[in-house]
Amino acid sequence: MGILSSTAAITRYRVDGEIEAPALETIETGLRRYTISEIDGEDTEKSMGWTSLGRPFAPDFTDSAHLIGAYLVFCLRMDRKSIPAAIVKKHVMAAEAAKLAESEREHLSKNERQDIKEAVIARLIRRVPASPSIYDMIWNLEEKWLWFFTNQKAANEALETLFSKSFDLQLVRLFPYTIAELAADLTPEQIDRLPELTPTRL
Amino acid sequence: MLDLSVAFNRYKFLGHEFLTWLWYTIEADAGTINQVVPELSALAIGNRMVIENRSTDNMESITIRGDDAGLEEGLLALKKGALVAEMGLEMKTGENEWRFTLKGESLDLSNLKTPETEPLAAGGAEAEQDGAVLEKVYLYEKAIGMVHALYSHFIRLRVSKEWEMNIVPLLKNWVAQSRKGQ
Repeated sequence: MGILSSTAAITRYRVDGEIEAPALETIETGLRRYTISEIDGEDTEKSMGWTSLGRPFAPDFTDSAHLIGAYLVFCLRMDRKSIPAAIVKKHVMAAEAAKLAESEREHLSKNERQDIKEAVIARLIRRVPASPSIYDMIWNLEEKWLWFFTNQKAANEALETLFSKSFDLQLVRLFPYTIAELAADLTPEQIDRLPELTPTRL
Repeated sequence: MLDLSVAFNRYKFLGHEFLTWLWYTIEADAGTINQVVPELSALAIGNRMVIENRSTDNMESITIRGDDAGLEEGLLALKKGALVAEMGLEMKTGENEWRFTLKGESLDLSNLKTPETEPLAAGGAEAEQDGAVLEKVYLYEKAIGMVHALYSHFIRLRVSKEWEMNIVPLLKNWVAQSRKGQ
C-alpha cells in the first residue's frame, strides 16, 4: 500500500530541526549514504535503507530524481531473510549425523552442536533470497511534515531511527496530544491546559 | 514537551473523545461540520466502528461492521461509559468521494480510498509518475486536511470551559435520547 495504491494507510509526522544548508544536497548525501544494500548471496539476515519510488531495486538519488514538485518522495526498504525452523532442524540433524560418522563418535559436545547450528544457519541464509518490504513517504521540506505510507509499528520505528541517522533531524509522530501541542494553532494558554485534561464520562 | 510514549498512552482518550464527539456532530450538529470544513458536501459514518469501554477493570470492545449495520448497540455502549476507538468515514466534496478508517489513539488513516485517478501505465514515463504522485498528494491532503480541521476545532473546545458547560451535556443528552428513540 503506497502512494499510488488504490488503498493507503498514512502515519503523519512533523519534522523537527533545521536541515544543514544547502538542504537538497544534504538530503541527497543522506539518501546515498543510507541507500539499501543488497544481501542476496550474503550471510546477512536483514538490511534496511532508502530506495527510489517506482525503482525499489535500482535506487537512484542523483539529479534530484526524488524531488517531485515541492515534495521529496522516496521509500524505506526493509529486506529480511527467514528460514523456517523445520528446515533449520532438518539441516542441523543431517550435519550432526555427518560429523558423528566422520569422527566415529556417538555424541557431540554442546559447543560442537552449537557450532554446527551456526554454520548451517549461515549457509542457509546465504542461499535464501531476501524478502523486501517497501514503504513510500512524502516529505514537505518547507512545511516540515512527512507522511509515511504504513501504520505498522516496526516500520515506523525503523523510519524514525534511519531518518535521524540520515539527515540529523527528528521525526515527531503526530497523534492526538502532539497534534494539539504542535499543530492545532492553540494559544500558549490553551497548550498549558493540555496536561491537566482528564477523561470525560458521558 | 512530555515524553512521546507517555503522551501517546496517557492522552489517547483525546482521540477517542474526538471520534465520539464527531459521531454526535455528524448525527446531530451538521452545522458545525459545515462551518469548520465549508467545502465538504457530506460527511457520514462508514461501515465500520469499534467502541471500547475502558472504564471497567477489563476493557470491553464492540466492533460494528457492514453496510447496513445499525449503530444502536454502539449508542448503548456509550451510555455504559464506552467511547469510539475507531471509525469509518465517508466524505464528499461535489462528485468526489473519500473513504477511510480513523483510529482514535493515533489519528492515523487507514483503508484510505481517494476518488479514482488515471491508472499509471506500466513502464510509463517519469513525468507521468510525477503527475500521478502530485494528483494523489492533492487528494490525500483533502482527507488529512478535513480530519485536521475537525480535530483542531474539537481540541479548542476540549480545552475550553465550553466543553464541560455545554458540549458534555449535549453529548449526554444525545446518548440518552438515542436510547429512548429505539
